[in-house]
Amino acid sequence: MAGPLAADDFLPLPPQPAMERAVRPSRSYWQDGWRRLRQNRSAFAALGLVLGLLLFALAGPLLWPVDPAAQDLEQLSRPPTLGERALLVDLSSEWSGTPAAESEVGAPLPAARLGRSSALSVVGSPTSQSVRLQWQAVPGARGYILYRTDHPPMEGDDLGLPLVRIIGGSEVSHEDRLNPQPGRHYYSVVATDGVDEADGYRTLAVEVQLGLTLDEARRRGHELPAGASVTLAPHPLGTDYLGRDLLARLIHGARISLFIGLTAPLLSIVIGAFYGGVAGYLGGRTDALLMRFADFVVALPFLLFMILFRIGFGIGPGESGIAPLLLAMVLLGWPGTARLVRGQILRIREEGYVQAARLMGAGTPYLVLRHMLPNTMGVILVSLTFAVPSAIFTEAFLSFIGMGVAPPTPSWGSMCNDGIKTMLTHPHELLFPALVISLTVLAFNLLGDGLRDALDARLRGRE
Amino acid sequence: MHRYLLRRLVEGVITVWFIATATFFAMHLVPGDPLLNDKAVPKEIRANLEQHYGLDQPLPVQYLRYLGQMVRGDFGISFTQKNRAVNDIIREHFPVSASLGLVALAIAAAGGILWGALTARYRGRWPDALIMLGVIVAISVPGFVVAALAQLAIVELNRLAGRSLLPVAGWGEWRHFVVPALVLGLGTMAYLTRLMRSSMLEVIHADYIRTARAKGLGEARIFFRHQLRNAILPVITVLGPAVAAITTGGFVIELVFAIPGLGRYFVQAVQQLDYTVIMGTTVFYGAFLVFMVIAIDILYGFIDPRIRVG
Amino acid sequence: MSKREQLPPPRVLIKAMLAPLWLLCCTLLAPLAMADAVDVARQKITLLLGQEPPSLNSIKATDQVSFFILGHTHEGLLRYDAQGQLVGGVARDWKLDDRSATFWLRDDARWSDGQPVTAHDFVFAWQRVVDPAVASEYASILYPIKNAKAISEGRLPPEQLGVRALDERTLQVDLEQPTAYFLQLTAFGVYLPIREDFYRAQGTRYGAEQDRLLYNGPFRLARWVHGARLTLVKNEQYWNRAQTVLNEIDLPYVTSDSTAAYNLFKDNKVALVGLSAEELNDALKQRVKIRIFPAGSLFYLEFNHRAGRITGNRHFRRAIQRVADPQELVNRVVGVPGTLPGRSLFPVWIKGVNGSFRKEFPAPRVTIDPNQARQELELARQQLGLERFPPLVYLTGDSPTAAKQGEYLQNLLRTQLGLELKIDKQIFKQRLAKMLAGEFDLVAAGWGPDYDDIMTFGDLFASWNINNRGRYANPDYDHWVAVARDATDPRLRMEAMAALQRLVIEDAVIIPQYESGSVYLQHRQLKGVVRRVIGTDPDFTQARVVAP
Repeated sequence: MAGPLAADDFLPLPPQPAMERAVRPSRSYWQDGWRRLRQNRSAFAALGLVLGLLLFALAGPLLWPVDPAAQDLEQLSRPPTLGERALLVDLSSEWSGTPAAESEVGAPLPAARLGRSSALSVVGSPTSQSVRLQWQAVPGARGYILYRTDHPPMEGDDLGLPLVRIIGGSEVSHEDRLNPQPGRHYYSVVATDGVDEADGYRTLAVEVQLGLTLDEARRRGHELPAGASVTLAPHPLGTDYLGRDLLARLIHGARISLFIGLTAPLLSIVIGAFYGGVAGYLGGRTDALLMRFADFVVALPFLLFMILFRIGFGIGPGESGIAPLLLAMVLLGWPGTARLVRGQILRIREEGYVQAARLMGAGTPYLVLRHMLPNTMGVILVSLTFAVPSAIFTEAFLSFIGMGVAPPTPSWGSMCNDGIKTMLTHPHELLFPALVISLTVLAFNLLGDGLRDALDARLRGRE
Repeated sequence: MHRYLLRRLVEGVITVWFIATATFFAMHLVPGDPLLNDKAVPKEIRANLEQHYGLDQPLPVQYLRYLGQMVRGDFGISFTQKNRAVNDIIREHFPVSASLGLVALAIAAAGGILWGALTARYRGRWPDALIMLGVIVAISVPGFVVAALAQLAIVELNRLAGRSLLPVAGWGEWRHFVVPALVLGLGTMAYLTRLMRSSMLEVIHADYIRTARAKGLGEARIFFRHQLRNAILPVITVLGPAVAAITTGGFVIELVFAIPGLGRYFVQAVQQLDYTVIMGTTVFYGAFLVFMVIAIDILYGFIDPRIRVG
Repeated sequence: MSKREQLPPPRVLIKAMLAPLWLLCCTLLAPLAMADAVDVARQKITLLLGQEPPSLNSIKATDQVSFFILGHTHEGLLRYDAQGQLVGGVARDWKLDDRSATFWLRDDARWSDGQPVTAHDFVFAWQRVVDPAVASEYASILYPIKNAKAISEGRLPPEQLGVRALDERTLQVDLEQPTAYFLQLTAFGVYLPIREDFYRAQGTRYGAEQDRLLYNGPFRLARWVHGARLTLVKNEQYWNRAQTVLNEIDLPYVTSDSTAAYNLFKDNKVALVGLSAEELNDALKQRVKIRIFPAGSLFYLEFNHRAGRITGNRHFRRAIQRVADPQELVNRVVGVPGTLPGRSLFPVWIKGVNGSFRKEFPAPRVTIDPNQARQELELARQQLGLERFPPLVYLTGDSPTAAKQGEYLQNLLRTQLGLELKIDKQIFKQRLAKMLAGEFDLVAAGWGPDYDDIMTFGDLFASWNINNRGRYANPDYDHWVAVARDATDPRLRMEAMAALQRLVIEDAVIIPQYESGSVYLQHRQLKGVVRRVIGTDPDFTQARVVAP
């Protein structure tokens, strides 16, 4: 509006009800936080993932009712299968083999002059239960060694695994029962003079099928004769080193791992945050005392005190001690968070709003809980997301010494421990538990990020 | 300042004394003793052994004797390594762990600070997502898996190259540091990245940053002089105990890479119930930790002048 | 706030993120100065140590690693040759009868400082072993010598030990009672000689460092960096040095992790490495000769025979005996070739009268029959007056193998007999404490032989034996042990042990599970390595490196 200012311009405006109408509803800190969390896509997806994992743990046993402790020694460390077919074999009587006649063996010869067997053949159907082999006697031999490998041998040193060292030149057969996995194997037989091996060898390629003994089949309810085939139970994620279904173990392990992985960090961080908050705010003597006690706890030898805990809580031999485990892990974890939070509090307590609130008469608990801790949310949430995998692995470690879950109860962490031994040949035993742990960590990380963004007081109202 | 330092040192000594006492009695409370072995020995030999090592004395007497030795700096002879003094064990193996640990920490700190700051800067875009993915993988995979995978990778690398590029295990020259330090520092680096990111995000929105920018300060200067410095506090808080932990820990790394460090002794001593080594390593670690915490608290004052400790 | 203004350009960003990777690549430029597994020209091999040797003082040594080193650096009266036969070491001739043993020593046996090895060195060493002030854990292995036990108990001074040097080269030993296997004992590590003047000069530090030891064996210690490295070089003062070809054995790696050892072998850095079951399939890819060796220790399930324990009931034990198939355990759970199913208290390598004990006196065979087992179980239940069996406690260690076998047994007993087994995992010392205190129903136990005679296994479950942790007490058993211990006629002894063998099976004192076997990889250019059940194992005394 052009022109010089008049006295009228300074008259107060009449009240206008429209202006006093709230444009949007008044929100508390938490309501605002929830709204912002919902809007964060990745965090919301993470929340969904967390719920999915919980569902996996709780509803899993109903959807996949396989006993996680049931061992199937016929399917050790198998990759994911959808029900393989196995041949039934009758192994109720021992195979005595076919000894060679004295005339075939002859007088003993030194190793350098021994030849190789003229024939190596398989007897009956070769299955993962047994592969029966026999060979022609080598004249002059005083013993044999039978090897097995997974590729055609290129030379004498490449024959593979020595299965048996036979002493005596007339024993020319052997039954391989040492876990011949289904697939192709190359058996080689070498003559010895009782001490050294000959240079020559005879190899045979054998296709081994998956097999099941009649006794075992009967135990599982199949009344079929030898030679028939049955379909074995499917294992969508494969089996472990004792033939237990991995999916079932993951589902049952989820309960333990998720429970420990959530509760232990939550408890230790809540306690640690409060402890650190009080120490940082009060300062002086109290701070010194509290922090020295935290140092004391950290410096104690962990393993030693865990052993003591186990005895102290009277966990019976071979029993699962979840409550003591939780307590032990909380007592382990709180100093880290306490120190972090204390550091933050030391900085925050000098901030203006804190001084102001104190001048207005706010008490210590109010100040710590209402003003200072929400501003350390960032650090607390980072601690939380790291404490989750750490808790899972600590539980695995403690199960080794008898705290935590007792066998055969599985947990993701101990499945990782077991899986690492067979990492080279059966990676699935390590891969699947590691994957679910990664998913859990990812979910909590994203959720934690989203929560921090949603609850960060300074971001309020700036979206 | 000097009074503060003195007070802290006295507190430190008292804390270490508490640690030693708690450990001593815990050690004796646990069933078993260092003299037990796979093959049991006859009564008279057992009696001779107990007398030889002073284990037949009542517990308080053993405690006082041990305390007296400790004050004189003598931690006794190891029960399992029958000819080595605990002092020698610490003296010979700590430098190995410490040097490896410091390199690991340097890598972890440099990486953590750098990548944490980067993710904060590029929040919501691809560098952020990529680095965060790396962090997730690093912390979801347990340490011993990473170590085993790393060693396998070295074997494959050497095989492909046809010669030994990196040592599979062992100790002796600088190349032995590379992979073990990386693996050792990985977990801490992931943690520091997250911490730094979180810390930086808070700082980025702060008013004084706005002011600095309004004043016309260049981005780089703002980054280094203001943002970094203020965000680094939690990182320093974590680094203190991390120094103590990593330079004495790394048990898995030392086992997998055959590194003659002190970390193995911490765990094996408890498994063997080697009383003298347990006490020696615990007291040493406790003292180290206490010292690092004091250093951190003093460092706080330098980083953020507003902080008054004590 | 604008995020775009003045951000570092993407190139800089990528460089910053990848900086460590570049650093790594730069480090790979210069070649590594690490020794290979074998060196033909220098006749040198590189190996790995499982742990730092706890003590190279032969008086106090108890573990495998220490005895391995001592077996190469020292030599006793007798030793084992490549075929496992007892031959002369420092002693060139000997005589054993009911009351005493006499040894005549070589003239050319020398210490590494040139001084001869005398009979007095043995006298001194053995007196130290039984001396209560020294407190040697293996002192009891000298108990066949007169007064040894009394000295150990403090009732006599060490000088009263029944051994004396008749002259510089003649050693006479008085025996407490006739001991048929005394010669085998003298090959054991604790019986090694020590020179008195050198020992006294070192004070308490004898054996602590490489220069605080004297060597009379094929090798001597050239370097000993504790916890990190050990180097053996050929001992030019050894009387039989013509037989030793290797000049140097270097052990620059100390770790108990078998995967690390295997990786070192794959990288051609160590010449011999043991394999665990999980590495077998990968080892096939190495195209290196895989060797098996029956290591000869017995692993068994030990029952608690104390009063009040369910496992004290014979029918209960026999029930378990009839479902626990050692063949299945060996084939499916242990999975290491060279492992033999346990059939008897005595492993297959134990010598009988003329040949193998198990061939001369075969063990009674146990038929695996679940139906019979359930009948035995029912009998046991009635005898014990129980409605239902309570859970049993199975004590075991904290290793993955122990866990695997425990879980297998747990499942087996549950599915076949309906018994609940609780697995009590304990760390080493706590497990030992519980074993001694008898806090278990079953325990996974093992026993490795100390000397090459049937008695090393025979007296295990005698009522006086402290290693009889189940406290099995049977006068018949004790009787057979006494017969075998006191008799000198081999046939009598073996027949007594055959009776004992049958008793162990019929009474189900223990359930033998398996005799351990080991699989190992040996560098293709390394020959002449001897593996043994008793004695130094592996033995590189006659090993050599051949050209590729």
